[in-house]
Amino acid sequence: MTPSPLARRLIDRFQHGLPLCAEPFKAMAETLGCSEAEVIDCLQHLQLAGTLSRVGPVFEHSRAGASTLAALAVPPERLHQVAARVSQYPEVNHNYAREHRYNLWFVLTGPDRAHLDIILQELEQDTGLTPLDLPMLTAYRIDLGFALETAP
Amino acid sequence: MNITLSEAQSLALRRLLETGLPLTPRPFQALAEQIEACEAQVLDQMRLWHEQGLFRRVGLVVNHRALGFSANAMLVLDVPDALVDEVGRRLGQAPGINLCYQRPRRLPQWQYNLFCMIHGRQRDRVEAQVQALLQEHMLDDLPHQLLFSSHLFKQCGGRFAAPAGASIDG
Repeated sequence: MTPSPLARRLIDRFQHGLPLCAEPFKAMAETLGCSEAEVIDCLQHLQLAGTLSRVGPVFEHSRAGASTLAALAVPPERLHQVAARVSQYPEVNHNYAREHRYNLWFVLTGPDRAHLDIILQELEQDTGLTPLDLPMLTAYRIDLGFALETAP
Repeated sequence: MNITLSEAQSLALRRLLETGLPLTPRPFQALAEQIEACEAQVLDQMRLWHEQGLFRRVGLVVNHRALGFSANAMLVLDVPDALVDEVGRRLGQAPGINLCYQRPRRLPQWQYNLFCMIHGRQRDRVEAQVQALLQEHMLDDLPHQLLFSSHLFKQCGGRFAAPAGASIDG
């Protein structure tokens, strides 16, 4: 979909730095020079259209609990079945097929590392496939969302 | 100074936040009502968490595919350990790189220790951008691979709060 001019400005300006005040949408509207109702209406439309997942905090994995990036090398004919098994876990928040021998990539998050180990073990027992377990060691870039204009 | 939230209330608030703020004029008031707290307590807690670094960012969480960003690539590089911080910092500042992380190698299955995410509209343009980036930083001799996503099975926010228990009722 093509976002409206206000939607583009909201996306470019407020993927980070949402004001933590009682009326954040009013504060955003003041920054952008429009009304609070227009901001809320625009966000609701973006959400209905599926463009907006949510408005709020993105948790820092290392502070909010434990997380890891895991990958499985799945025989192609089993990919959808194994992907469905992986997606069943509420602890899985991203689950992608990628073009590689390791063709299924997913992010696991949970309250602690032991919780993730149990899931990785369960998946290995259920699928007969050994996951790659690639927890983050260092972050070199803080996630600030992405730019609509400069992306390739 | 407001009374801080109880442990059960903070946990309940975190779980509510995982699905986002209600899109109403007083979203923190609406959250406060759900955990039987007051708006000021919720705002204090939010600011405290923000200061403590619990949030990576607070704002719009956009579904990039719905905006036409369907060329989602993961660039992985095998960088000598002594250089990984330097290379990571440089790539992390490069335009178009959304995330840049060091992760462990798992030899012999997996040799790559530096991961970058690039979201773009067109695959060939993402490939060209990555090639230009590697040349600019003189990294094109390092072993590397570009893994495009071919299918999205699931995407939602992280679930950090414990999945069971911790009700604030009663």
